[in-house]
Amino acid sequence: MSETTTSTPAWTRDQIAARVAQDIPDGAVVNLGIGLPTKVANHLPDDREVILHSENGVIGMGPAPAKGEEDYDLINAGKQPVTLLPGGCFFHHADSFAMMRGGHLDVCVLGAFQVSVKGDLANWSTGAPDAIPAVGGAMDLAIGAKKTYVMMDLLTKTGESKLVDACTYPVTGIGCVSRLYTDVAVIDLTPQGAQVIDLVDGLSFEDLQKLTPVKLTDART
Amino acid sequence: MINKISPSVEQALAEIHDGATVMIGGFGGAGQPAELIDGLIAQGAKDLVIVNNNAGNAEIGLAALLKTGRVRKIICSFPRQADSYVFDELYRSGKIELELVPQGNLAERIRAAGAGIGAFFTPTGFGTELAKGKETREINGRQYVLEHPIFADFALIKAETGDRWGNLVYRKTARNFGPVMATAAKATIASVHNIAELGSIDPETVVTPGIFVKHIVKVPRTATGPAGFKAA
Repeated sequence: MSETTTSTPAWTRDQIAARVAQDIPDGAVVNLGIGLPTKVANHLPDDREVILHSENGVIGMGPAPAKGEEDYDLINAGKQPVTLLPGGCFFHHADSFAMMRGGHLDVCVLGAFQVSVKGDLANWSTGAPDAIPAVGGAMDLAIGAKKTYVMMDLLTKTGESKLVDACTYPVTGIGCVSRLYTDVAVIDLTPQGAQVIDLVDGLSFEDLQKLTPVKLTDART
Repeated sequence: MINKISPSVEQALAEIHDGATVMIGGFGGAGQPAELIDGLIAQGAKDLVIVNNNAGNAEIGLAALLKTGRVRKIICSFPRQADSYVFDELYRSGKIELELVPQGNLAERIRAAGAGIGAFFTPTGFGTELAKGKETREINGRQYVLEHPIFADFALIKAETGDRWGNLVYRKTARNFGPVMATAAKATIASVHNIAELGSIDPETVVTPGIFVKHIVKVPRTATGPAGFKAA
């Protein structure tokens, strides 16, 4: 993203992650999806206690272990080795998904192929006929948390907007995304439409609007 | 006297028959009962339906079982892995049937089977391809999909410690599907690394009560290895 060949100014992945982290309050229980969202953990401010949940049965997840200390009985949803913080604990899969489906998680941060202005999320399948289908916990995560945030580049590599009026990829959940953190703007998806609450320096609101077919409202304070 | 301890993997698995539905615990490598899967391969039962979160890694464990061609169908949430090439090939060549289930629905359908629930309404998957053709209902203003239990003839799971009544304690995130699968199968077979004297497991820490377990078998401790992801 920082390597983009266009001249559009953009936040780096770490800057997007830091921007997401800013909005996670002290005491929140959070699930960070596989991929880009895992970076958010590196940017949580030291003065906030945030509890990380992973769908495979752990809450109070800590950072990756030191090299040589890996224990593959203690992994995250991406099957990578992690650690357990004091106070953390383990539980079985049905309890783990009860935490999600039951609305006990405060925030879930996911990646996406597309998000619609109505908050529909498409992140599990590109619909390619020869692809091996796989869904994992994506559909449960999408609809379970009190707030579902998406972290993604606004544009595909070929320049199409991933914020759309209606998803063309198979959907993961309906009306579930409340906020979108992209490389150029932070956008709230509300019943009144897409409202831009933050914009990268050097990009005008008008130029942002040119990047997406979705009608945007400038709601920066 | 009740004694669920089997002298060998071979004897613990002896009842598994052709056409059986077999749940296999594990999330990637964690909690995957590798010795029981190897035992099932040696045992030779065929035309199996397997229930697991994934569809195997590299050519060991579940992937090795798939490679024998004795699995007719797999019910799972995430078959595609960096190293799931055995499944990928079988799927692409039409040699295995796949029922793809969102992970939480998989866990809850298994739980429902064990808990005597006839079916349940869940919000997960509503409006998606994976809910096509399923009954839906609006309850208190929210949309739900009707999902049915997944029963099994056998469950093969991995625990840390067990006793002769079949009480089980797990290790870290290797617990995952073990406790729910144990409730949903007619016969649950658990591998354990330690056999405890009856009464020596703190009863407050028992995760799976022995009522859900038919056989336990001790296997040597080997560290769980990485599986399912591209190392950085």
